[in-house]
Amino acid sequence: MCLAIPAKVKSIEGHEGDVEVGGISRKASFMLTPEVMVGDYVLLHTGYAISIVDETEAKETLKLLEELAQQGAVYS
Amino acid sequence: MQFIHEYRDPDLGRKLVQRIHRKSRKPARLMEFCGGHTFAILKNGIRDLLPSNLELVSGPGCPVCVTAISDLDKAIFLSHLPQTITTTFGDMVRVPGSHGSLASARVEGADVRIVYSTMDALDIAQENPQSQVIFVGIGFETTAPTIAASIVEAQRREIDNYHVLPLGKLCPPVMGALLKMGETKIDGIIGPGHVSTIIGSRPYEFIPREYGVPFVISGFEPLDILLAVEMLVEQIEEEDPKVEIAYRRGVKPEGNARAQQLMEEVFEVSNANWRGIGEIPRSGLSIREKFSHFDALKAYDIEPGLSREPKGCICGEILRGIKNPQDCRLFRRACTPENPVGPCMVSSEGSCAAYYRYGGEDG
Repeated sequence: MCLAIPAKVKSIEGHEGDVEVGGISRKASFMLTPEVMVGDYVLLHTGYAISIVDETEAKETLKLLEELAQQGAVYS
Repeated sequence: MQFIHEYRDPDLGRKLVQRIHRKSRKPARLMEFCGGHTFAILKNGIRDLLPSNLELVSGPGCPVCVTAISDLDKAIFLSHLPQTITTTFGDMVRVPGSHGSLASARVEGADVRIVYSTMDALDIAQENPQSQVIFVGIGFETTAPTIAASIVEAQRREIDNYHVLPLGKLCPPVMGALLKMGETKIDGIIGPGHVSTIIGSRPYEFIPREYGVPFVISGFEPLDILLAVEMLVEQIEEEDPKVEIAYRRGVKPEGNARAQQLMEEVFEVSNANWRGIGEIPRSGLSIREKFSHFDALKAYDIEPGLSREPKGCICGEILRGIKNPQDCRLFRRACTPENPVGPCMVSSEGSCAAYYRYGGEDG
């Protein structure tokens, strides 16, 4: 029930709008993320955007994963 | 970047697993709090990839599962009232109550509708002014703001036939209760991802401080979970318990301020009854007096009669992390997803359902 999936914001009208998940368009409420902008990725939970995905942090985490994996491989 | 496939890279995963094997020495029991994590761990075979000194145990992070049977009985009672439409998230419908389920109530003529969002429930209320619409308001901090939003929106749209049965629950207090009970040894916690999107990482600070237990908030892709395990192992080996976030693209230390503000406006913290655990102080959400006209507990005399737990079901012990689904003699025999005895076999986050689906021959 705490499932939330990344969705791309396509349009915003007031507190509502359309997002795209895996090529499919869905309605979403932005009542919990009023600062959202078209083009942002949001985490969509039961029709509500509960946060805006932080792209910088997403890349940082991937970088960290790669670093850790490198170190893992070196010693193994 | 779509924030999904990048975190499923099998090559990176393999190397991360090697690293964990190299680093982890101490025997440790890690609890994945979320049912969503249990599913992801079993689905991706992560259990079998970890070194034998690391054990993963499922926690109570399944809102459907922890809903007390007496509370479910209230929802079923309400669904039988005339001129009433009961709306709920899908998983809840098939959970057996003391006498039938919401699904069997529907067969008997009750109008029970599955909704995807609280906004759908509100729309049903607006479209059916001659009926009373009740939303069965289960959920953790992830969902509570969406229930609060529906109540604020109902007020704004002057919808007066919408009521919420408030069954919201809070995660940090149940973690505290489990650690305090000490029935199960927990050496580290894989913390909930989307609950933390809302509340942030700070409400868990008492866990390392008071119980010395490492805590790492994780996302739900396989690399997210492996990263969280790696960080927990680091803390365990270094004997340096703290709260860390492995899911930084989705969780900020401060959480979502707007969502917290909505929750605070509509709900107040109260005691709550958890299935298999009992009453935990300040672990639930009640509707504030200001919005009491949307509170199903105030609007109706709810008398569902005496509740009784399903015979032989060990869902409660599974939720406390002291037993596994395969310890239950009903598992796979009398209890299956088609004919569930307890909620852990119904919910898409229930441990029994996860083991049934992905647990292999032993599961």
